[in-house]
Amino acid sequence: MKKIYLDNNATTRMREEVLAAMLPYYREEYGNASSVHAFGRTARNAVDEARAKVANLLSATREEIVFTSGGTEADNLAIKGVANALKSRGDHIITCAIEHHAVLNSCKYLEKGGFKVTYAGVDKDGVVNIDEIRKAITPKTILISIMWANNEVGTIEPVEEIGRLAREKGIYFHTDAVQAAGKIPMDLGKMPIDLLSISAHKFYGPKGVGALYIRKGTKITPQFHGGHHEFKKRAGTENVAGIVGMGCAAELAKKEIPEEIKQLTGLRDYLYKGITSKITEVTLNGHPTNRLPNTLNVRFKYLEGESIVLNLDLEGIAVSTGSACTSGSLEPSHVLTAMGVDPAQTQGSIRFSLSKDNTKEDMDHVIAVLPPIIQRLRDMSPLYEKGK
Amino acid sequence: MDGQYSEKVMEHFRNPRNVGEIPDASGIGNVGNPVCGDIMRLYIKVDDKEVITDAKFKTFGCGAAIATSSMVTELVKGKTIPEALKVSNHAVAEALGGLPKIKMHCSVLAEEALRGAINDYMTKKKAAKA
Repeated sequence: MKKIYLDNNATTRMREEVLAAMLPYYREEYGNASSVHAFGRTARNAVDEARAKVANLLSATREEIVFTSGGTEADNLAIKGVANALKSRGDHIITCAIEHHAVLNSCKYLEKGGFKVTYAGVDKDGVVNIDEIRKAITPKTILISIMWANNEVGTIEPVEEIGRLAREKGIYFHTDAVQAAGKIPMDLGKMPIDLLSISAHKFYGPKGVGALYIRKGTKITPQFHGGHHEFKKRAGTENVAGIVGMGCAAELAKKEIPEEIKQLTGLRDYLYKGITSKITEVTLNGHPTNRLPNTLNVRFKYLEGESIVLNLDLEGIAVSTGSACTSGSLEPSHVLTAMGVDPAQTQGSIRFSLSKDNTKEDMDHVIAVLPPIIQRLRDMSPLYEKGK
Repeated sequence: MDGQYSEKVMEHFRNPRNVGEIPDASGIGNVGNPVCGDIMRLYIKVDDKEVITDAKFKTFGCGAAIATSSMVTELVKGKTIPEALKVSNHAVAEALGGLPKIKMHCSVLAEEALRGAINDYMTKKKAAKA
């Protein structure tokens, strides 16, 4: 059976070029990048080169890139690190209701320590309410953290506008760009952003490596204590092979973003059209246009998502109900709930997230396989009455 | 994730037994709500010897919800009402080769749907006698 992977917002297939670039750093070039001998210098050079490539992807400078173990660590470092560094100045943070749990739970942790957090709402398309952010700002506000693009529905947030607002008020602005980096262009030379989290495995790189962009001069307290690694902002021996892989993935992404946007937007919209032409009572979750090129999240009325995921899995098609990080939970999606989706319908949502590996034939296969699954499940659903 | 579905769960999920409605059901049990992600509606047909001759279901829910609905209908068919009342959620889960911990509530729902259907049957019977 042909396997079709449409869960690329959970993780992507690492590219062959990336793996090839990494392998020497597991085999011959296994030095510690902090060692002074030749083994160490080779590793150091590889890390420096990768740092330049990641900086280039974001149009940042090398000194502003701090490698981490992934997006979650980058978010933790940004939020707790700024909170620690600026706690004498203020104790208020603003974020929004549809953030990833790496941001939300970092904020919840700080709340336990006495910080105050405002969770701004979003509209029905998942766009954060800037007025709510503006009104929430107090002299005690030290950080605003709003994601660049949402992982479940793909909606792109007005980060430039929020960043400008933060800058006017002298407040740091962090953005969780884990789902956006490598998928849409970013120019941090022009964007009013102080901190930005990214993760390699979301753009065809390896798992276990990410980075936090920290604009020059931004005050931040390290969360790991140890050696003088990563400009003294993140202690711990560098994951050299992983970092090299991330650099390679960043270099490829920088080159290929424009082409990939065209390819994936086309496939994504083709899939949506196909689904809606064959299945009734389907609704798009997320912004109709201002959305990640690879993300399509739809809800099927009268149904529960997991039963759709399992049926597609039996057909070799991998999709998800939302975030992979919350699939162990029975709670309805906090993202869809914040968007005001009828609670009875949040359960029936499916996320298709595409990659450059996907083809039109893949989409045609899904469009062929999905309608009978939906019909069979609806026939089984007590919410679906005859004649509909 | 807290464990995977057993083969038996997947088999019942793929080929659920007794899907549908019984138009002249002796009792109907309705449990759950869509916000939690599970709704079960269980129909039973009971003959004059108090034997459940048929059972059908309609379910909105996850793989475990569909599999437990299917299994409970299989377990009660041919049983008398007192026997059926002894079918517990554990019996349903066990017959399915176990359920992941976070899905055990689906077996509870199946038991509640069955009890609901039996209660409905008894209430109707009493009303008919009166």
